Amino acid sequence: MDRIYLDYAATTPTDPAVIEAMRPYFFDKFGNPSSIHFFGQEAKKAMEDARSKVAAFLGAKEEEIVFTSGGTESDNSVLFGTVWAGASKGNHIITTAIEHHAILEPAKFLEKSGYKVTYIKPDQHGIVSPDDIAGAITDKTVLISVMHANNEIGAIQPIKEIGRIARDKGISFHTDAVQTVGHIPVNVDELNVDLLSLSAHKFYGPKGIGCLYVRKGTRIQPYLRGGGQERHRRASTENIPGIVGLGKAIELCAKNMAKESKEQSHLRDKLIKEIPKKIDRVYLNGHPTLRLPNNVNFSVEYIEGESMLLNLDMLGIAASTGSACTSGDLEPSHVLLSIGRPHELCHGSLRITLGRFTKGSEINRFLEVFPKIVSKLRAMSPLYDEKKQ
Amino acid sequence: MNKKVLVGMSGGVDSSVAALLLKDAGYDVVGVTMCFNIASGARNRPSCCGIEGIEDAKKVAHQIGIPHYVLNFGKNLEETVILDFINEYISGRTPNPCVRCNQYLKFGALLKKAKALGCGRVATGHFARVEKNGRAFLLKKGVDSKKDQSYFLCEVEARHLARILFPVGDMTKEEVRDIAQKRGLYVANKQASQEICFIPDNDYRAFLKSRLNKAYFKKGAIVDTKGNVLGHHQGIFNFTLGQREGLGISAPHPLYVIGLSQKYNRVVVGPKEDVFSDSLIAREPNFFVRGSIKKSTLVYAKIRYNHKVAKAKATLLSKGILKVDFAQPQAAITPGQFVVLYKGDTVLCGAKII
Repeated sequence: MDRIYLDYAATTPTDPAVIEAMRPYFFDKFGNPSSIHFFGQEAKKAMEDARSKVAAFLGAKEEEIVFTSGGTESDNSVLFGTVWAGASKGNHIITTAIEHHAILEPAKFLEKSGYKVTYIKPDQHGIVSPDDIAGAITDKTVLISVMHANNEIGAIQPIKEIGRIARDKGISFHTDAVQTVGHIPVNVDELNVDLLSLSAHKFYGPKGIGCLYVRKGTRIQPYLRGGGQERHRRASTENIPGIVGLGKAIELCAKNMAKESKEQSHLRDKLIKEIPKKIDRVYLNGHPTLRLPNNVNFSVEYIEGESMLLNLDMLGIAASTGSACTSGDLEPSHVLLSIGRPHELCHGSLRITLGRFTKGSEINRFLEVFPKIVSKLRAMSPLYDEKKQ
Repeated sequence: MNKKVLVGMSGGVDSSVAALLLKDAGYDVVGVTMCFNIASGARNRPSCCGIEGIEDAKKVAHQIGIPHYVLNFGKNLEETVILDFINEYISGRTPNPCVRCNQYLKFGALLKKAKALGCGRVATGHFARVEKNGRAFLLKKGVDSKKDQSYFLCEVEARHLARILFPVGDMTKEEVRDIAQKRGLYVANKQASQEICFIPDNDYRAFLKSRLNKAYFKKGAIVDTKGNVLGHHQGIFNFTLGQREGLGISAPHPLYVIGLSQKYNRVVVGPKEDVFSDSLIAREPNFFVRGSIKKSTLVYAKIRYNHKVAKAKATLLSKGILKVDFAQPQAAITPGQFVVLYKGDTVLCGAKII
């Protein structure tokens, strides 16, 4: 059976060129970059080369890049690191109802510890209004965190406008750009952000490596303390092969991103156009145009997303109901709920995310198979029978 | 029917071996672990439903080379089994959630899910057998009499039997463990869990207290059969028939719970001989063998899982009411539990004792 991968937002395959770039750093050049000797210097150079590539992609300075283990660590570092640094100034954080759990869970934890958190709801297309953010600011606000694009429905947020508001008020502004880096242009100055999270495995780099961009002068305490790595901002021996892989992956994206996103958005639009033609009562989740070039998310009425997903899986097609982190718990997606989808439609969602290696023929295969699965499942659904009568 | 079968895998030895045997027999096997959102705060979490069970089932599925999915039935559990559990206790009965789980979840919601996944059949690791007899299917005891679980299947709808497989039903527990060990299954030496999966720390009273409105903690009288008040209780759900401990009464002879009245919020106690009874009434029998009970039909009856079957005569009084008269009086015939009637190894019907 041919396997078709349509879940690039969960993770991407590591590009063979990235693997090649990483290879020497496991054995030949295995040194610890903090070591004084030749082995250390060699590793240190590789790390700084990678840092310069990441900085170039983001339009940042090299010293503003802190390597981390990935998106979750970067997001956690921002929330905890900011409140620790700003403890005397205030105790209020503004974020959104559609953030990744890597933001929402530490935020909830901080609430339990006495901090106040405001969760701004998006509109029906999943877009957060800068005015709503501005309206929530108090003199106690120490951090605003809004994701660049949503991982489930692909809605791209008005980061630049929100960033301007935060800067006017002198409040640190973070964006979780895990879903956008490598897929659309991300420039920290244009976006007016002080802090930004990214993760390599979302753009053909290896898992377990990412970074936090920290604008010079931003008040933040380290999350991991120990050795003095990363200019005392993140202790732990650096993951050199991972860092080299991140550098290579971001370099490849810088080169190919425009072309790839054009190809992917073409296939995305084909799916968005064709699915409603083949299946009745399906609803696109997210914004029709302000969305990631590779994201399609539909709610299919009368059936469960999980059943669609498993049927696709058994035919060799990998998709998702929402975020990979939450599949297995049947709580309806917090993202779909917050854009006002009723419970039933939240359960009937399917996310298809495309990537570098997606072929047109794979999309055709999906379009051929998927309507059959839906009609089979609907034939078993008592709700659908009622509707027909 | 197609050769695609969904195996409910708890992560225990029995269902793991069931999956293995089906795979060996050439079935197209899909492993599924039911997940119930069990509160993770509980200590001593039972191994069948917690994260551990899921991880073990996944490891076994990988070992034997079958796909494995975790499907969440937390809402179903809440709306059927747990709701029934609470309602029974506050009505002065002692529920059997395992019977309800088989009825509503494993051979209800899961069976439906199997259909949606294109699986013609559902298999589990129960020690019981389904046998084809002409056009009908019979539910029979497992071959291992010590492990027989047919009692727990007594409310499964008979029409579903055609779609159910019990691959370990004709083996002994030792044989099952032996296969698991010989084939190197990851869970070969895992111990079975006896607890109710949704009850933290095996403390059902604490669970009920966490779920019930204060109105149910009404203080009430503990009385003898003559109506003399001997003491007080804090809610009838704390008691079950035949219970001796926790009454808080000092009496010259040991006293046992012999009745619970929701209406009067009373616990009735009496001496040991009053715990025994020679007949019972049960409601809405679920028949596996239609027409098998008429008037004074000779059967063997089991009134709780750990009960040794007893000789009895069963009569279908009217549609929906079953009377069972025992040859010898039986201890603690408990409303809320099920009576299961057997002819030899064959389950004739099951019904809830009232």
